[in-house]
Amino acid sequence: MNFPDNLKYTKEHEWILVEGSVGTIGITEFAQSELGDVVFVDLNTEPRGVAAGESLGSIEAVKTVSEVYAPCGGKLIEVNTELADHPELVNTDPYNAGWMLKIEIADLAELNSLLDSAAYKAQVEG
Amino acid sequence: MKKTTFFEIHKQYNAKMVEFAGYLMPIQYNSITAEHKAVRESIGVFDVSHMGEVFITGEKATDFVQNLTVNDVTKLYPGRVQYSAMLYPDGGIVDDLLVYKFTDTKYMLVINASNIEKDVAWMHENNKFNVKIDNQSDEYSLLAVQGPNSKKAVSKIVDKEIDMEYYHFVEAKVCGIDAIVSRTGYTGELGFEIYFKGDEAAAKLIWDNLFEAGKEFNIQPVGLGARDSLRLEMGFCLYGNDIDQTTNPLEAGLSWITKINKGEFNGKDSLLKVKADGLKKKLVALVSDEKAFPRHGYDVSVDGKVVGKITSGTFSPMLEKAIALAYVDMPYAKECNVINFLIRGKEVPAKVSSLPFIKNNAM
Repeated sequence: MNFPDNLKYTKEHEWILVEGSVGTIGITEFAQSELGDVVFVDLNTEPRGVAAGESLGSIEAVKTVSEVYAPCGGKLIEVNTELADHPELVNTDPYNAGWMLKIEIADLAELNSLLDSAAYKAQVEG
Repeated sequence: MKKTTFFEIHKQYNAKMVEFAGYLMPIQYNSITAEHKAVRESIGVFDVSHMGEVFITGEKATDFVQNLTVNDVTKLYPGRVQYSAMLYPDGGIVDDLLVYKFTDTKYMLVINASNIEKDVAWMHENNKFNVKIDNQSDEYSLLAVQGPNSKKAVSKIVDKEIDMEYYHFVEAKVCGIDAIVSRTGYTGELGFEIYFKGDEAAAKLIWDNLFEAGKEFNIQPVGLGARDSLRLEMGFCLYGNDIDQTTNPLEAGLSWITKINKGEFNGKDSLLKVKADGLKKKLVALVSDEKAFPRHGYDVSVDGKVVGKITSGTFSPMLEKAIALAYVDMPYAKECNVINFLIRGKEVPAKVSSLPFIKNNAM
């Protein structure tokens, strides 16, 4: 499985790509494979402040439902509207077209507690 | 943990395996949706060897099965299969099952994997007809071959004509191995189930020949995940979800198999009382156009008041809609009524509909 080096990861299987102070959030290839076919991504689109660990919405797969959590605190600035019609992008392209939300990160130092690619890989393959 | 005779094959496919009723079973091979569609559109194969097979033999075998189950066994003839249920004296369901009639003195009862121990104990407890109860669940393997092209593929590996009506069976050789082949399944499609005793080599022989026979139809292995969504599109009950010891067959929509006037049987008096008192709740089919998905255990509501509970729910790959079965208080159970799924605190409107959710002509 692929866990790109330029991303940070949570133990709960989100990834975050940091560009300046903007973080793009999605779920990992491992997470999508565990969920199976994603049929609906129910994101809370209201622009608002979010805290690390707060639920940002639900991912409905055929067999189960899972939450997506904020890897760090900040302000929600954008959601991926493509997922409304194409939830399967979460399965087919989890790190690119399947991204879910963007946040303006409040404190970049908070990212230090996240896992890097090697540590996350060790967690899921351990 | 038990493994079926097909375990090594599942591993080769890299199937996702889960524990189910004490067995390691494939829940999906690749994609539940793709496997589901393979069955609806062409042909799919399920390993359901975890199911239980119990043989009833004896002079009074018919009387035994008639007393044990709710459907009318006297309507059966050799080679005929019947869907039925066993009840506790209070009308609660012990299990739902298939009854295969070989002769007046020999039947096979096919029961749910999670209930084998309980069911066999219950059969012994109710054996006032001195029959032999032979649990052969561990010896039998079972493949379900389902889909519009199933007959064309299965007929290539069976040494007998399988041009039979729904719920009939023949004893035949499949790839030279003694087998019971029935036109049954849990998908609502044209389909066959193949029961056989044998080791892994026998299982592999049948699997390989079947996949060769079905190659031209793009035959696919199908896991328990798609088995669940396929049965739910037809509104078929799943024991442990939609029916159990706390529900009776009348409220579960199984009146059609409950022959209350056939004579004495376990649970009859309680059912007569339920009928006289009137049903309090009923299993209904709900369908919603909203993008939200109902799950087992979620409440359903009308005007902010909880009026029932979802027992099975999924995203229907064929309708591309949310579908569910739910027990609903009687006044709300009428067709076309609007009832809300309560999903994470949100009310999502759904409509009481008729079953099956998808109409099928392939049968």
